[in-house]
Amino acid sequence: MVEFTVWDIVSNLLLAARWTVVLSLIAFLGGGLVGLALLVARTTPSRLLQKAVAGYVQLFQGTPLLMQLFLAYFGLALLGIETSAWTSAAVALTLYSSAFLTEIWHGCVRSVAKGQWEAAQSLALSFVEQLRYVVFPQAARIAVAPTVGFLVQVVKGTALASVIGFVELTKAGTMITNATFKPFLVYSCVALLYFLICYPISLYARSLESRLHAKRS
Amino acid sequence: MSIELDFASVLSQWPLLLKGVAWTLGLTAVSAVLGVLLGIACAWVRTEGPAWSRPAVAAYVELIRNTPFIIQLFFIFFGLPALGLRLGPEWSSVIAMVINLGAYSAEIVRAGIQATPIGQIEAAVSLALTRVQTFIWVVLPPALQRIWPALVSQIIIVMLGSAVCGQISTEELSFAANLIQSRNFRAFEAFIVATVIYLGLSMATRAALNWLGERLVFGRRRG
Repeated sequence: MVEFTVWDIVSNLLLAARWTVVLSLIAFLGGGLVGLALLVARTTPSRLLQKAVAGYVQLFQGTPLLMQLFLAYFGLALLGIETSAWTSAAVALTLYSSAFLTEIWHGCVRSVAKGQWEAAQSLALSFVEQLRYVVFPQAARIAVAPTVGFLVQVVKGTALASVIGFVELTKAGTMITNATFKPFLVYSCVALLYFLICYPISLYARSLESRLHAKRS
Repeated sequence: MSIELDFASVLSQWPLLLKGVAWTLGLTAVSAVLGVLLGIACAWVRTEGPAWSRPAVAAYVELIRNTPFIIQLFFIFFGLPALGLRLGPEWSSVIAMVINLGAYSAEIVRAGIQATPIGQIEAAVSLALTRVQTFIWVVLPPALQRIWPALVSQIIIVMLGSAVCGQISTEELSFAANLIQSRNFRAFEAFIVATVIYLGLSMATRAALNWLGERLVFGRRRG
């Protein structure tokens, strides 16, 4: 029987952690783009668009990410699209992130004083220009800290992609456990690696937040 | 190519789904009560507890908040038996959910406690209440009222997270959906049905907890 050293376990987990990072970045950036489009739709005066985006957010925030992953996995296949665990995980996590990000940013946009909108209008700026030059720059300042904080949630969310067979940190941990019969050691290492990825982001989000509050007072 | 959806073959398995809903709600109810109590205890330790215990609680909170729930669950279910602690899937699920909710609610409750006006505590002290009495009767109720919406959201997040517990064969709603699709191969329909049920559960839970908060936990809003 092959003996596995701790280094064997850790090095394999580190290799798998790459995919956790890559999937997180795809979901975060993709979710950011979709979320931005949704945010614009939600800030338009159209009631219908506002309602539709609010419903979208409610749908993704009110259902388990695991179900969303399963639906993407089996749903895309039903549409005749060749699905790998890669594409379905990327699609599901992107949509999931977009719903949360658009909700976070919507709160930030709403906190911009109404007078700013009116002032922009009175300068005859178009709707897009009002957003681009007046509202978004002010909202972005408040939005940075919670957005960075949400990245932690995305990283943790990618762990569920293991369930549909995407080999990232969690799945690698399960596979290595099956080979080594050392669940305690392996899952401790997996947890530690997640912590090493997430904790610095959490700390950074917190420092951004306190800097913002310091400026205000 | 046309897509045929067959919901009837999923819905005909309603006893399984019902059992799954019961498990999901049961797990959520137990872990909500215990998790929030754990959170309150941790918040108390972090604000008033002995100095040596504060870093320990802080470490617990950070460790849980920065690792995925599924890893916490696997660690308890697969990892702990190596130390001689063998737990069934249901107990593992409850413990993982309580530990998870405890860490998140500790931070939420702490924020509520810190917003207590100092005059209220001074008033309680001048009435000769002990520190513990002051905490339970003067600090905690308004703190809970302040943070109730955040706490309700967190409980719902934990309920949705409990879908993962099906992976260690706890027979909750997502497990039921998986079982049904393994019997009739209607995977997409089974997960659509489960997702819709989850959506309904989360909306109903939010409404129920908001109602319950006013009546049981901190009393009706005055004025």
